[in-house]
Amino acid sequence: MQISMEYRGVAKISGPLIFVEGISNVGYDELVEIKSEDGVVRKGRVLEINRGVAAVEVFEGTSGLSTTKTSVKFLGKPLTIAVSTEMLGRIFNGIGEPMDGGPPPFTEDYRDVNGLPMNPYSRDYPTQFIQTGVSAIDGMDTLVRGQKLPLFSGSGLPHNLIATQIARQATIVGEETGFAVIFVAMGIKHDEASFFKRSFEESGALKNSAIFLNLADDPPVERLVTPRSALTLAEYLAFEQDLHVLVILTDMTNYAEALREISAAREEVPSRKGYPGYLYSDFASIYERAGRIKGRKGSITQMPVLTMPNDDITHPIPDLTGYITEGQIVIDRDLHRRGIYPPINILPSLSRLMKDGIGKGKTREDHAPVASQLYSAYARAQDLRSLSTIIGEEGLTDKDRDYLRFGEDFEKRFLSQRFDENRSLDTTLGLAWKELSLLQESELTRIADKFIKMYYQHP
Amino acid sequence: MSIISGKIIKISGPVVQAEGVSGLKMHELTMVGDMELIGEVVRIEGDIATVQVYEDTGGLKPGEKVTGSGLPLAVELGPGLLEGIFDGIQRPLNVIKEMTGDFIPRGVKANSLNREKKWHFVPTKARGEMVTGGEILGTVKETPLIEHRILVPPNVSGVLDYIIKEGDYTIEEIVAKVTKDGTTKDLKMYHRWPVREPRPYLERLEPYEPLITGQRIIDMFFPVAKGGAIAIPGGFGTGKTITSHQLAAWSDSEIIVYIGCGERGNEMTEVLLTFPEWRDPKSGRPLMERTVLIANTSNMPVSAREASVYTGITIAEYFRDMGYNVALMADSTSRWAEALREISGRLEEMPAEEGYPSYLSSRLGEFYERAGRAKTLNGKYGSATIIGAVSPPGGDFSEPVTVHTKRFVRGFWALDSNLASMRHYPAINWLTSYSDYVDYVEKWWNSHTEGKWKEMRIRALDILKKEDELKEIIRLIGPEALPEPEKLIMEVARLLREGFLQQNAYDPIDTYSSPEKQFKLLTAMLTFYDEASKAVSKGITASKIAALPSVADMAKLRMSIENEKVAEIDIFLNKVLDEIHKLEAS
Repeated sequence: MQISMEYRGVAKISGPLIFVEGISNVGYDELVEIKSEDGVVRKGRVLEINRGVAAVEVFEGTSGLSTTKTSVKFLGKPLTIAVSTEMLGRIFNGIGEPMDGGPPPFTEDYRDVNGLPMNPYSRDYPTQFIQTGVSAIDGMDTLVRGQKLPLFSGSGLPHNLIATQIARQATIVGEETGFAVIFVAMGIKHDEASFFKRSFEESGALKNSAIFLNLADDPPVERLVTPRSALTLAEYLAFEQDLHVLVILTDMTNYAEALREISAAREEVPSRKGYPGYLYSDFASIYERAGRIKGRKGSITQMPVLTMPNDDITHPIPDLTGYITEGQIVIDRDLHRRGIYPPINILPSLSRLMKDGIGKGKTREDHAPVASQLYSAYARAQDLRSLSTIIGEEGLTDKDRDYLRFGEDFEKRFLSQRFDENRSLDTTLGLAWKELSLLQESELTRIADKFIKMYYQHP
Repeated sequence: MSIISGKIIKISGPVVQAEGVSGLKMHELTMVGDMELIGEVVRIEGDIATVQVYEDTGGLKPGEKVTGSGLPLAVELGPGLLEGIFDGIQRPLNVIKEMTGDFIPRGVKANSLNREKKWHFVPTKARGEMVTGGEILGTVKETPLIEHRILVPPNVSGVLDYIIKEGDYTIEEIVAKVTKDGTTKDLKMYHRWPVREPRPYLERLEPYEPLITGQRIIDMFFPVAKGGAIAIPGGFGTGKTITSHQLAAWSDSEIIVYIGCGERGNEMTEVLLTFPEWRDPKSGRPLMERTVLIANTSNMPVSAREASVYTGITIAEYFRDMGYNVALMADSTSRWAEALREISGRLEEMPAEEGYPSYLSSRLGEFYERAGRAKTLNGKYGSATIIGAVSPPGGDFSEPVTVHTKRFVRGFWALDSNLASMRHYPAINWLTSYSDYVDYVEKWWNSHTEGKWKEMRIRALDILKKEDELKEIIRLIGPEALPEPEKLIMEVARLLREGFLQQNAYDPIDTYSSPEKQFKLLTAMLTFYDEASKAVSKGITASKIAALPSVADMAKLRMSIENEKVAEIDIFLNKVLDEIHKLEAS
């Protein structure tokens, strides 16, 4: 057993960082306890060691710390959290301490929050269809178990509503297995947090959920640990307790802002828009903790939510996320303005794992060609829509006018649904064929004739 | 050799500094800390060395030991590479799983190649013969698909004192002894080679043969030659990975080295799952039997990601030296460049564009120049083709990695997010892509297409280009106002896009098109255009022609006619032409 070292006084305080001099036997990434003058203990982590000086980030922030009267204790171990199945139904802060006034849950194990990289050879490929009851997702961008599929949104758009609807409705058809939701709030507003809490309580989902809260006015350093604590619990529940875990992370933009803040305090060389060069690797260390493992029953499915600054999809945060996640669901301001809920723009949306989660024996044999045809028809409708604003509908051919009508109808009947409307896959595909039947049969070049014979509705 | 050992004084992420290590060499392999993490020296100042560590450095403490190995970072080359899956520094992931379970802890030590397995060695040289570096000592049937040729290490030559007789041996057994100037070297079936040093060859040759990929837009319009270097840039969701997988699956190279560099774990799983199932089109054997996988996914240590492309290309060169055509896919080189950037930042180097180090361009150049067709040291001909995926931030091709990559590759398959959002796959944009290999492979293609390849490709690209211009006009005046011949061009271009350029990787027939099928399909479409033009000049409207039932079916030929039955395309074409002639007659 290692003796933990305690030091009096720190050399420098800068933003959320403190620098301790004259250290020895201190490990990189080690957990630190910082005691201020008034006896309050905060937690921190070693970020860098350079010639006897340790840089420590303080989770609760450095406000109220002085250079002379602060004592620092290095604990000789990395940051761990206690995990157990009893954590379901409870609310925690970013480092896994209960926030709901209840007692600490019985601990089954302690885990390093950083986890370890999953061996790619051990992974099992995600192929099980998750029915979310949302047509735009089930029909066009199907979610599968073990996938990481983010919602790309913007300020003021109903991403929270959609995330809640998915958390409430998500099921595997014909299967009754343990299902848990871990909800991770990073830098979100108090009223958003209470909206989530309330809707989890109302739907009865709370008893199967663990909530990790780091609100907008909580310290940013803790925000960096919050998703890691939550995923550590998720890994325990999925791979030790055989549960299927859906992790909702909101809002990754706030997380990235916190990362930038710490990086600037460490005076690192910035890359794009001031974000550190390791933003990609850092995101990956969170997102890649989704998946399935061969021979184990549980799974981790992630649904990160991020608000694109200025609705810009090329901003580093959505951009780097999109490179790691297996697709994205894009929420569109224009559709939202037109009163369409859920305002999911299917054209830039994508689910990379859809192809293996749908089709014969999983959903329906015509699912893939129908989705493909809807995409190309809707893309064409959008093109024609902008064309007709210039030359007027009269300049279009009859066929083109079919497409215009299809586009309108698709948005109103297929995309639109109520917040509490849970559509089965058959309902979704039935609606899809209704829309496709607005086009002439010969236009359906992506669908095999046998399906057209089965489902196409002649006028 | 004395072992150099010093103490850690600084730890910052994957970068560690140690003092008291004068004598360590640049790029020397080192053991860092009590856990003996693997690292590589990247900078030396006086007696202080900076080491990039290939594993997570959490828990390392100042004062712990840093020990040199005297050797550079190297890979083991010998039987056991094929069907393997390795991390960025060639540790076998399947063995690590057996040792430590589903998650990868730190400080794991495992031999790259299996030491216990016996291989059936057949000598091809006899005692007393002179051998030089790169010559073939003997062969091992490594997989039913591939004969592994055991090479004399490039820097060894002399008289063969001893060669073992045919039999089953492990790679640790001495199979030959070579003497030169009184010193004898023991040779085993494997040798080590430093990853950052290109393997030597006799002579570099110009490429001439296309790498047949079975992907129509690539083979017909933007071909890559065996021994060439090509980049696939594209924003996320444009299909870089699927395109790379398709090339790995269907290209007619004998060996595939696939590097998953900083990408998704599930993608490697997909490769691991599908390659053993997919069959080589020629032999019917599982594709895995000719494949080496390097997986350093995005959550694995960043400096090993930097090393992974070198590990991959060194293995590719080794198979080239046996006289094979090798294709290497690196997905994605941007992640590799970002690893360079991250380490450079930790080294506090002066950044150039967007935080990338100033040596980004020279590193890219060094890497792509390791592609090529060569006469090997043993007189055989082999090639290494590099296909590098690039992931430009925001799909913006003016960013440093794409720009610098363009300087070193001779082909560019630009993936387009607009095409991808229309689900036009492969989303290779025919207007912005290019290939400098057209002139090199022209002779080969023409001899397989009745001399028509080059002319056909120019005609088809021309129609597609005209479509793009006409679209601008339609935006102003509407489609109805176009003259009939132009309307016909729009219809033919659509046919080309939907019936030829689009290719469904998940359709069992469409996923691979033989060169003959590609040629027949394109011929059919161009002949249709010629005959339809004649009809239009006789007063028949383009929309009437487009409405012919067989024209709609023509777009589906790619999915309905198998490679073995391409003659049916001619029969179908005659049907279409008949219908056009009937229109004219009525």
